[in-house]
Amino acid sequence: MTGSAGAIPLIRLQGISKTYGQGQAEFQALRGVDLTVNSGEFVAIMGPSGSGKSTVMNILGCLDVPSGGAYLFLGEHVEQLTRPQRALLRRHYLGFVFQGFNLLARTSAQENVELPLLYRGESGTARHAAARAALAQVGLEGRESHTPAELSGGQQQRVAIARAIVTRPSVLLADEPTGNLDSTTSHEIMDLITQLNRELGITVLMVTHEPDMATYAHRVVHFKDGLVESDSRNGEAA
Amino acid sequence: MLWNALLLSIREIRRNLLRSFLTTLGIVIGVAAVITMVTLGNGATRAVKDQIASLGSNLLIVRPGQRLGAGYGSVSAANFKVEDAAAIRAQIGGLKAVAPVVSKGVTVIAQANNWPTSITGTTADYFISNNWRLGQGRIFNESEERAGKAVCVIGNTLKRELFGAANPVGGEIRIKQFACEVIGLLASKGQSSMGSDQDDTVIMPLRTVQRRLTGNQDVRTLMVSVKDGVSTDKVQRQIKQLMRERRRIGDNEDDNFNVMDTKQIAETLSATTQVMTTLLGAVAAVSLLVGGIGIMNIMLVSVTERTREIGIRLAIGALEREVLSQFLIEAVVLSSLGGLIGVILATLASIGLSGLMNIPYLFNPSVNLLSFAFSAAIGVIFGYFPARRAASLDPIEALRHE
Ligand SMILES: Nc1ncnc2c1ncn2[C@@H]1O[C@H](COP(=O)(O)OP(=O)(O)OP(=O)(O)O)[C@@H](O)[C@H]1O
Ligand SMILES: [Mg+2]
Repeated sequence: MTGSAGAIPLIRLQGISKTYGQGQAEFQALRGVDLTVNSGEFVAIMGPSGSGKSTVMNILGCLDVPSGGAYLFLGEHVEQLTRPQRALLRRHYLGFVFQGFNLLARTSAQENVELPLLYRGESGTARHAAARAALAQVGLEGRESHTPAELSGGQQQRVAIARAIVTRPSVLLADEPTGNLDSTTSHEIMDLITQLNRELGITVLMVTHEPDMATYAHRVVHFKDGLVESDSRNGEAA
Repeated sequence: MLWNALLLSIREIRRNLLRSFLTTLGIVIGVAAVITMVTLGNGATRAVKDQIASLGSNLLIVRPGQRLGAGYGSVSAANFKVEDAAAIRAQIGGLKAVAPVVSKGVTVIAQANNWPTSITGTTADYFISNNWRLGQGRIFNESEERAGKAVCVIGNTLKRELFGAANPVGGEIRIKQFACEVIGLLASKGQSSMGSDQDDTVIMPLRTVQRRLTGNQDVRTLMVSVKDGVSTDKVQRQIKQLMRERRRIGDNEDDNFNVMDTKQIAETLSATTQVMTTLLGAVAAVSLLVGGIGIMNIMLVSVTERTREIGIRLAIGALEREVLSQFLIEAVVLSSLGGLIGVILATLASIGLSGLMNIPYLFNPSVNLLSFAFSAAIGVIFGYFPARRAASLDPIEALRHE
């Protein structure tokens, strides 16, 4: 699925810019970002508040379109896709984990995880089995029928991760996944993400403020004022 | 996907059961009102036709005024006199009976009981023209008619209410200041299909009623019964001709009376009830529309409330049209459910009310189907705008929504 390794990178951003507002209120959140991510990588994105991390994640996640530049996903020009085409790309290749979990309230963990499969038109039994397996994978067997209100923050984030990986996406996009969690739970979640990256080969792009969490990644990209300030492999000098 | 959307919407409705119920209430009431009105209207129309048909096809009713219908007869048209009845009997052939009729509402007292009823002043012919049979006693004779004696024949309801189990014949009833001997009891006809009790009647000689109750010589109605085999059309024409002469109506003047056979009366009356049915149905239809606006309101609130959920769905790859159909289906399910409850409610109400009103319950499949289809259509129409709004949300902003 992640295809021809080497020749075509999974993700390639070329001179991506993003401008919000117009006229006086115009603001350049991204000012020419170049970034290449290969299949199977685990990349942490860091940087001060307002540096454009979430903005670039939204573009990477096809939730937003860049104002300029090119975004190639497996060689396809995403910036030229229509809204429904981007939705289908999200459906088939991407998984999201948010800082605020974003689970459906008053809906069981099982049903939350089944949701993406529903839109892929999978049968009831297939959905059921896949969701159970995904919940087991994140260590939540036995909690299938719990609603978000009946789960701890860490457990809710696990459900969100299960929902993101149940479709076996190529890329997992996580914007501050541990931002709302204490440090012990944060490390547990990071262990889980690392494991998914290693065992399932899911490419992970993660925004974080905490250097501790960034150490789990292979590679750390620093943003500043809408530009990539540094891009280094972990272990090398930061 | 459609099936899933359907299940989803049912779950969403169950999740907010009270709100869903209140939302559909407008549709429920609208649909129930439309169906009940039309069903009862149709029943009443049928009842009118049935009752008049039961009078027989050979009865002609002559009344002052131009046309029978709502507020029949204009005030200015002169009433008839007994002599008009006599003239018809003398000059037109092929008649079984000609009964002049006046009636008056009074309270009748006997022993310790009293009962409000209607008194009919007429001649013995009335028993023939209106198919009354006698249960006990006798009807008044010619000398009693001529003398205007205080004698009466009463219906079964009067007997029950005033005399209980006792035999009323030979007894006495009091009307205003005078006492009246009961000489006969009518055989029961039962309730009319219109709901009025036909046995709730007192029949007296015409002259008695004129002298003691109405205080004038006027006759309100002439009931003419035609012999079997004689053309009612021909008799109708003859009566018209005769009455025009007697009432001195010029050649270029309109009739100031009308002669109708039972079929024509049935048609006139049922035309009136049809108009009523249509009007009431239209009023009810407006309430159905208001119900639709209620649905739109709640769906708009629901979209705002569920903005985050919509954001999540869009982020994980839901297409705009999938979100659109989800909300649209929810609105349609909600309104159809309301329609269904309305149909059931209307059936119960129609059966109950037609029983109370003593009219036949006529199940009308087309009105039921139409109202239900209309309620579903309301879901589509009033659900579209909120659904459209939900589907076109920006996923990022929707996710950020509190
Ligand atoms: N929808 C928007 N309209 C206008 N300006 C925006 C919008 N979204 C983001 N911005 C601006 O773009 C800049 C980058 O925002 P972004 O959310 O990418 O920052 P961030 O790096 O994720 O910060 P944080 O670490 O606080 O989450 C900010 O200055 C922000 O004010
Ligand atoms: Mg951010």
